[in-house]
Amino acid sequence: MSDVRSAQGGRDTLIRYIRDAGGVGLLALAIFVPFIGLRLHGETNGLVLHYRPKLLVIGVVLAMLARLLVLIWQERRVHQGRAAWRAARVASAGKYVAPALLASAALLPLVPGIANFYIDLGVLVMTYVMLGWGLNIVVGLAGLLDLGYVAFYAVGAYSFALLAHYFHLSFWECLPLSGIFAAIWGMCLGFPVLRLRGDYLAIVTLAFGEIIRLVITNWISLTGGPNGIYNIPHPTFFGLNFNLGGGPGTFSGFFGIDPDPKQLTTYLYYIIFFLALLTNWVTLRLRRLPMGRAWEALREDEIACRSLGINVRNTKLTAFAIGAMFGGFAGCFFATRQNFISPDSFTFIESATVLAIVVLGGAGSQLGVALAAVVMIGIPALLQDLSIYRMLFFGLALVIMMVVRPRGFVSTRTPSIALGKRQQISSELMSEGHG
Amino acid sequence: MSVMLSLSGVTAFYGQIQALRGIDLTVEKGEIVTLIGANGAGKSTLMMTICGNPRARSGSIVYQGEDITQCAMHDIARKRIAHAPEGRRIFPRMSVEENLLMGAQVVKFADYDNQLALMFDLFPRLKERINQRGGTLSGGEQQMLAIARALMSKPDLLMLDEPSLGLAPLVVKQIFGAIRQLNRELGLTVLLVEQNAYQALRLAHRGYVLVNGAITMQGEGAELLARPEIKAAYLEGGH
Ligand SMILES: Nc1ncnc2c1ncn2[C@@H]1O[C@H](COP(=O)(O)OP(=O)(O)OP(=O)(O)O)[C@@H](O)[C@H]1O
Ligand SMILES: [Mg+2]
Repeated sequence: MSDVRSAQGGRDTLIRYIRDAGGVGLLALAIFVPFIGLRLHGETNGLVLHYRPKLLVIGVVLAMLARLLVLIWQERRVHQGRAAWRAARVASAGKYVAPALLASAALLPLVPGIANFYIDLGVLVMTYVMLGWGLNIVVGLAGLLDLGYVAFYAVGAYSFALLAHYFHLSFWECLPLSGIFAAIWGMCLGFPVLRLRGDYLAIVTLAFGEIIRLVITNWISLTGGPNGIYNIPHPTFFGLNFNLGGGPGTFSGFFGIDPDPKQLTTYLYYIIFFLALLTNWVTLRLRRLPMGRAWEALREDEIACRSLGINVRNTKLTAFAIGAMFGGFAGCFFATRQNFISPDSFTFIESATVLAIVVLGGAGSQLGVALAAVVMIGIPALLQDLSIYRMLFFGLALVIMMVVRPRGFVSTRTPSIALGKRQQISSELMSEGHG
Repeated sequence: MSVMLSLSGVTAFYGQIQALRGIDLTVEKGEIVTLIGANGAGKSTLMMTICGNPRARSGSIVYQGEDITQCAMHDIARKRIAHAPEGRRIFPRMSVEENLLMGAQVVKFADYDNQLALMFDLFPRLKERINQRGGTLSGGEQQMLAIARALMSKPDLLMLDEPSLGLAPLVVKQIFGAIRQLNRELGLTVLLVEQNAYQALRLAHRGYVLVNGAITMQGEGAELLARPEIKAAYLEGGH
């Protein structure tokens, strides 16, 4: 009896699948006929219309197959029990993926014979990891949608570039200053938007990012305008520079090794690696302190926060300021790495990319943001040949992501306190006191 | 008895709309005072005005001898007035314990464990659910959490806005029992807004009736319950 029913159910499902896939096929046909099926070709006697039925059929069949796969996959997941499946996967991911990622990131430049290109790519990815973690404070933790994060990146970069240009300060002197300047600008943004939420906040932050860029572009006497600033110094290693000429005062000269561009890249890599780790560490610490908890509570319910005695204004301002500070550090690093900056590096697309990394990573999750940065920055750069399709890839990734994991790669949130542990500690202390 | 909170001639506005029209109200130390009134009468507004948002446009609010009419919201909460706003408003993605911790913003960390133990005594259900996310609790559990969170700050005055909203009669009883227990054992002063007028007036020492932003009646709980106009307006349809 039950066999009959399940066979019946199976047949129903099959029919449903075929209908569904058929619908997708029709849709694909409608779209593909003009795009794939027909092709205009310029020949000597004018334009000629070519028909490509074979390609058209292949395209439609592929679309139908893809739809079938999605359906089967969804079915399987329902059977497995969605929540359990997800929880188990996330738990194992947290346990192994994060340390593995950290270890491989720490060792990447030390791989023997690794090309300079890959270390440089690592530097790029790590910069975005850091930016993602910085923005995550504002967007992920405090829940304030910021579309102008690039402004702080720009402030950090130009702080260093200008201080180096006019006052000949070094990278290490400017790094903290860049962070401080960016934090101040973060507060400047924070004040006017204190009462705004959601869409309105997004619009104002977007405008803020553009204002900073336009000011930099047009204040030609100070910033050089669209021409940018050249000859920004590279960081030094305890006073040693990385000139390729060798000789005294250079890194290679001091250690008696052949000069190699890889030395500088590796050095830069470890600087950004530790800056990113610092961002992560500070974020994780803050989450356990009243300030960080207040950020998260603010994201959840502003009215409740107020009635519990949280100073909402200060909470928002600190979130903006600290998020901006890390953007400033990253900007300072960007300037020293590039040697040259111009307003072109600080367009809206940068804000959008960093925001996409945060959202894709599952707003609020540190591991998710790091993974998303690798996927969004690293993979397109590796697929150099496909670079013209980069935006396509980007859009596709976002769409797939939103379908498969609507809350980001890592959507679970670990509580910042766990009663069991804390009690253990306090009872230990108590018994010590008695003894 | 000494006065804990007194309002005199308080008015409040939302833009052009006047929501409170000259409220005079006192709450003595150790009392349970309830505020009843129809939807839109201004009960929630009155509580929020005490908390500083919206701010009273005229009149004065004195709390334990101190004029708090112009205080900022977060300062008022630090003076040990706890407010559980209408509609629970727990933090949905945070665990039960984190929610409680947020309530303890203003107490010293040393008091935290005591307060937590007290809350678990009062609402054993919360202890079972300590690591569950707030948003996945049942309505009644969420309400317990909202009250417990407000109590974490060791308040002198607890203001509850419709704690029985959407709860089964048995759970309402449980929550009212908890309020009574807190009042008797710890001497907690409570200002309670309720739609459930019958139970609220039975629980409270005194009651106020709010109509259209003004207080029209006041008196002892039992006495108000007996008045025919109260019966007609707020107790119709049984309890
Ligand atoms: N934020 C606001 N902006 C404008 N008007 C408001 C606002 N909040 C409340 N009001 C108005 O003020 C009046 C009093 O509202 P309030 O929420 O205090 O009523 P209430 O007595 O708590 O009602 P209920 O029993 O339905 O909760 C209502 O007319 C309401 O429409
Ligand atoms: Mg109300």
